[in-house]
Amino acid sequence: MNVDKLIESISNKSDRIGRKVNLMEVCGTHTMAAFRSGIRTRLPQQVRLLSGPGCPVCVTSDRYIDHAIELAMTENRIITTFGDMMRVPGSRGSLSLAKARGKDIRVIYSPQQALVAARKNPGREVVFLGVGFETTTPLVAWTIQNAFSQKIPNYSVLCAHKTIMPAMRALCDSDDVRVDGFLCPGHVSVITGAEIYQPLCREYHAPCVIAGFEPEDILLSIDMLLNQIISGEASVEIQYTRSVTTEGNKLAQDCVNDVFEPCDVPWRGMGVIPSSGLSVRSSYKGYDAELKFPDIRVNEVKRDTGCRCGDVLRAVITPSECGLFKKECTPDNPIGPCMVSSEGTCAAYYRYSRIDE
Amino acid sequence: MNRKIITSAHGGGGTATKEIIDIAREYLGNPALDQLGDSALLDLDGTGIAFTTDSYVIDPIFFPGGDIGKIAVCGTVNDIAMEGAKPLYMSLSLILEEGLEFELLERVIASVASAAREAGVLVVTGDTKVVEHGRAGGGLFINTAAVGRRYEGCDTSVSNAAPGDLVVVTGTIGDHGVTIINEREELELESGLKSDVAALNTLVEELLTSVPGIKSLRDPTRGGLAAALCDIAGASKAGIEIEEVKIKVKREVKAACDLLGFDPLNIANEGKAVIVCSEDSADEVLKICRDNEFGRESVLIGSVVSEHPETVVLRTTMGGKRIVDMPRGENLPRIC
Amino acid sequence: MCLAVPVKIVSLSKDRYTAVVDAGGVRREANVAMIEEPQVGDYILLHAGFAIQKWSTDDVKEYNEIIQRRENSSE
Repeated sequence: MNVDKLIESISNKSDRIGRKVNLMEVCGTHTMAAFRSGIRTRLPQQVRLLSGPGCPVCVTSDRYIDHAIELAMTENRIITTFGDMMRVPGSRGSLSLAKARGKDIRVIYSPQQALVAARKNPGREVVFLGVGFETTTPLVAWTIQNAFSQKIPNYSVLCAHKTIMPAMRALCDSDDVRVDGFLCPGHVSVITGAEIYQPLCREYHAPCVIAGFEPEDILLSIDMLLNQIISGEASVEIQYTRSVTTEGNKLAQDCVNDVFEPCDVPWRGMGVIPSSGLSVRSSYKGYDAELKFPDIRVNEVKRDTGCRCGDVLRAVITPSECGLFKKECTPDNPIGPCMVSSEGTCAAYYRYSRIDE
Repeated sequence: MNRKIITSAHGGGGTATKEIIDIAREYLGNPALDQLGDSALLDLDGTGIAFTTDSYVIDPIFFPGGDIGKIAVCGTVNDIAMEGAKPLYMSLSLILEEGLEFELLERVIASVASAAREAGVLVVTGDTKVVEHGRAGGGLFINTAAVGRRYEGCDTSVSNAAPGDLVVVTGTIGDHGVTIINEREELELESGLKSDVAALNTLVEELLTSVPGIKSLRDPTRGGLAAALCDIAGASKAGIEIEEVKIKVKREVKAACDLLGFDPLNIANEGKAVIVCSEDSADEVLKICRDNEFGRESVLIGSVVSEHPETVVLRTTMGGKRIVDMPRGENLPRIC
Repeated sequence: MCLAVPVKIVSLSKDRYTAVVDAGGVRREANVAMIEEPQVGDYILLHAGFAIQKWSTDDVKEYNEIIQRRENSSE
């Protein structure tokens, strides 16, 4: 369907519904795609796109960054990370700052490069910062399996991987915000399969559409959600049929289940969410950086900066409603990760739409 | 506990770099410096001259499409040209690492010579220093300075843009930056990616001597097209609107950007110019650019407007709008 | 939270889990361990250097149609 027709269809449906509709796009990549493509400015006023906690960098705690930096302090270690993490502020600075101070911190594109670094530097410990949701976790799991079978002793992962469904449930449980439907994360769903969202429909009557990342995919998904709202139904539909199936990627799922197990972890701004995190199983404990380097002691530091990232992540407020937004907190001087992350909601609002909203 | 230090963000050209510039202005400020142009515009007993300096620390020193020598000449020449002057003489100052092979040094100097000849400038003075191994990036750093004679009656300052003017870009964007990031960060992309490094002074001369309506010139280096447009909008206190569909990106550059999560608008170019011109001179500008070997793919991408002053807005291929923000920090590959 | 792009497998190595993929003229090595029976000529979705899904010819067709429609409407 062409874009103009989609917009027209969405507008007509919005008129039929006759009230404000809050659609949450959980995934940070959807947030960015919606902003960058400009489709947000074409949606009717009554259709609101809320950004959710699907930004793995944004929901990672200060403690993790501090831990990673502490690990970097030891001479013999190489810290490898995705670029997304470099500028996130911990309680005492960022990885980028630690690198400027001479620590060996390397940005890589693929976790496989971390394994290669371990092979090329046998005398040094290589730690990979494992951050990301279900799309990324299988890749990291594979590197651990491979390190194990190839007997590579100097590789480990500092795991902060999380799963998205427990957070979506927590949002439905919370009274703070009414979500009329979910644009479900397209690439997470490639791995997990569409079935995982069924509880949201069954228990919370929340319409779910699994959306692709082209702007046309997002628009079509919005149209499909509005259809469900009009009909009063709540089901899981796959818009992104190019990539998403009901069962997902079994090979990837098996890999994750072999290496990781669920655990309770804190999400920035949302508290501890049961079974929402992953930790390395004891069978692979030699590859768990948390266990491998027990000399690192990092405390949770409570910083009272006035940052309201937590409220933004739960869509309780939009960035514009945070007192620090555009004033003390800007992309040049980010107070919280939502402003510094490549797909943080505050960064998106600031960079793409600060004149409109 | 933690004293403020220089980080890679300060090399990014955005507001972090401004912190350094502010210190320089505090201690050194004078009318010429305070213009903060790519070159300083000076009057030497009645003759208008442009004077610039630049350093080149690019790593790797050889890359597809060029090398540190070529970029040292082209970048310097372009700084003079963009300020509306004809580059004449330049200096070449080499900082060499112990252990650098003579053969590599000679290749770089040969490249400087070739680029200078093509650009029609003379290297008239130089210097060499040697530092310990490991202290000069890819093996050597180059510093340059250059002087040029200003074209009569030309003012190409970024503050000249006014509502009604049009914006032209002389070709595809993102070529240089993506090539270098791929080489340096070992992203292991195999491709025909090539830097676009080129000296644009002959193109600029043709424009300035034939077309009276040239308002501003800027080369979109660090920070890419986005930074250049934000600079122009900010300095002119006007708004700029551009059309996404008009912006040209090579297929491979787009593919590399998609893979790594980059926006071509934010990526450095070393052989392109942004030209702001009056509406009635745009056709002539495009014709002259397209007749030049470095401007074949020149295209009109947008206009200067009175709305949203100091902000650049992009009309997307989806028919929507978004702001083009000043890029910050380095471009790092991302997964999200 | 997931940048992934469709790319085409242009060669497979003997170890079965390494491939070379092509995206718009740019090539890179990719890990295809999590794809069932990858073949040269297959389109896969690439995320951080790993293939996470295989696309059928219909999927590729749908994607190309989206891109083509976009290009047509902007002319």
